[in-house]
Amino acid sequence: MSSHDNMPEMSLYQPVRVEDAIGIASQFAERGWLVGGGQDTYGWLKDRAKTADALIDLKGIESMRGIKETADGIEIGALVTLTEITRNALIKERYSLLAQAAGRVASPQIRNVGTLAGNVSQDVRCWYYRRGLNCYRAGGNLCYADTPEGMNREHAIFNASRCVAVTPSDTGPALVALEAQMVIQNASGQRVVPAEEFFVGPNVDIRHTTVLRPGDILTAVRIPAKWANAQFYFEKVADRNVWDFALVSISAAMRVNNGVIEDSRIMVGAVQATPRRLTSVEQAIRGKPRNESTANGLGNLASSDANPLNYNHFKMPLMDNLVKRAVRGQA
Amino acid sequence: MNPKLTRRRFIKGVIASGAAAASSTLWYSASGADRPAGAVERLLSLNVNGQVRRVDVAPQETLAHTLRYKLGLTGTKLGCNRGECGACTVLADDVNIYACSTLTHEVKDRAVVTVEGLRAADGTLHPVQAAFIEELSPACGFCTAGQVMSAVALLKANPKPTREEARQAMSGNVCRCGAYDHYLNGVMRASGQLS
Ligand SMILES: Cc1cc2nc3c(=O)[nH]c(=O)nc-3n(C[C@H](O)[C@H](O)[C@H](O)COP(=O)(O)OP(=O)(O)OC[C@H]3O[C@@H](n4cnc5c(N)ncnc54)[C@H](O)[C@@H]3O)c2cc1C
Ligand code: SF4
Ligand code: FES
Ligand code: FES
Repeated sequence: MSSHDNMPEMSLYQPVRVEDAIGIASQFAERGWLVGGGQDTYGWLKDRAKTADALIDLKGIESMRGIKETADGIEIGALVTLTEITRNALIKERYSLLAQAAGRVASPQIRNVGTLAGNVSQDVRCWYYRRGLNCYRAGGNLCYADTPEGMNREHAIFNASRCVAVTPSDTGPALVALEAQMVIQNASGQRVVPAEEFFVGPNVDIRHTTVLRPGDILTAVRIPAKWANAQFYFEKVADRNVWDFALVSISAAMRVNNGVIEDSRIMVGAVQATPRRLTSVEQAIRGKPRNESTANGLGNLASSDANPLNYNHFKMPLMDNLVKRAVRGQA
Repeated sequence: MNPKLTRRRFIKGVIASGAAAASSTLWYSASGADRPAGAVERLLSLNVNGQVRRVDVAPQETLAHTLRYKLGLTGTKLGCNRGECGACTVLADDVNIYACSTLTHEVKDRAVVTVEGLRAADGTLHPVQAAFIEELSPACGFCTAGQVMSAVALLKANPKPTREEARQAMSGNVCRCGAYDHYLNGVMRASGQLS
């Protein structure tokens, strides 16, 4: 299937109030498409792999911008760009994990435009699906990646359920590690969802990667003070350092007292459809010193229950090694 | 090919004759009565290279398309048309972005600068352009306009970058000829750190 230079005809709305955006989004329902920075959107539309009747550009909504301090941490407007996150003094000082993750997304130009909301809400990067094939995730009854010939080097090693695509977002695992809260607004009001529940796997809903449904707008992301200034570790392994999505990424937050790990949140990206929390690792390192021997003691605990596909066995040792680096605290 | 009719002149001729604008009407259709009110107006006043240009822009039209095929600013190149190469890099309020992955309507309130807008009124090249010539940065030149724009954006935000900072800032521009180090030398020269 070829890529087209021009997108098909659509209408475009540029509301300046959240309420108006919700109204337009509700009216178009499945045929409306919210746009933050558009960096995930335009590829779909140019390829005709997905279509919409109306684009709803959220960038004019002032109330969804800015990063502010709150009584319990910070609140990041949904429209804040990834570049703004990497440069923000508060985030760099207290939640450098998120700044690092945002700084590894795509390329400088994409980070200048791509929003935090778009980054966490983006669709999976499975090329069969992206090329418009009618696979399970697209509503069909076959997974092209999970066949004897399927090219699945980038796909899941955990929790596949018909679809074996992985979460593409670099900031998602960092937000779950920081116990972020996602603020979602729709016509019936506002709800706040923990980041851990925001992302959904194919066992829950094969057509969506998050709990967002037509008419829902993610307006802000709150990060509680709980993990502020903790010890963090972020690393993303990709084929190229620019543009490419993670093969595996790790986002870790640790509370360390006198060299001993009191509490931690260890998240891995790109190994399943949602950010994967490594509770077994968190338990194994609790009360242990943050050093090389604790790290090595983990062995292959992280990957021991993986179910790799034909071409992605390499993700298992890669993930184990990233976990060790995170725990010992240096690359 | 007739040397008098270069590809560039041909494209410009087509734009001047209005053929490109006419074909764009294929996209146009009145919105249905059941649609919410308030869809964007097609006729825009776009601030490009310090001039306000009136232009008819389809809702889903990319900035690269408007610049190249409606405004005749063909210095902005299209390589991949999907955010993966940087050939289309332009500035919007001094920030470098991919024109292929931006709707023109998204920048209607911003100041857009393309490679054509860099030189001074008397024709003097921008320091980045001059430094790229001095350092023989381009090889084939296809990626050059985009490289120039990323370098200009970098030096506006950070006039004396380290070489590593420059490398990071230029990392969203692919050079198929692999002239990366030559472009980096150009950036360092433009910032006055290479003599
Ligand atoms: C070449 C290339 C490389 C990339 N590499 C990476 C990478 O390495 N890592 C990575 O994480 N991502 C990568 N991306 C994906 C993506 O473009 C960026 O992550 C970017 O942050 C997306 O943000 P956006 O605002 O541009 O998204 P948009 O395209 O505007 O939106 C993406 C999705 O989110 C929805 N959405 C947007 N805003 C809201 C909102 N406020 N409420 C509800 N829904 C909303 C949209 O409807 C859409 O479905 C890459 C993209 C490209 C084109
Ligand atoms: S991995 Fe998921 S998205 Fe890819 S082909 Fe299979 S069902 Fe479709
Ligand atoms: S043409 Fe825009 S990034 Fe390649
Ligand atoms: S000079 Fe040829 S692509 Fe860069």
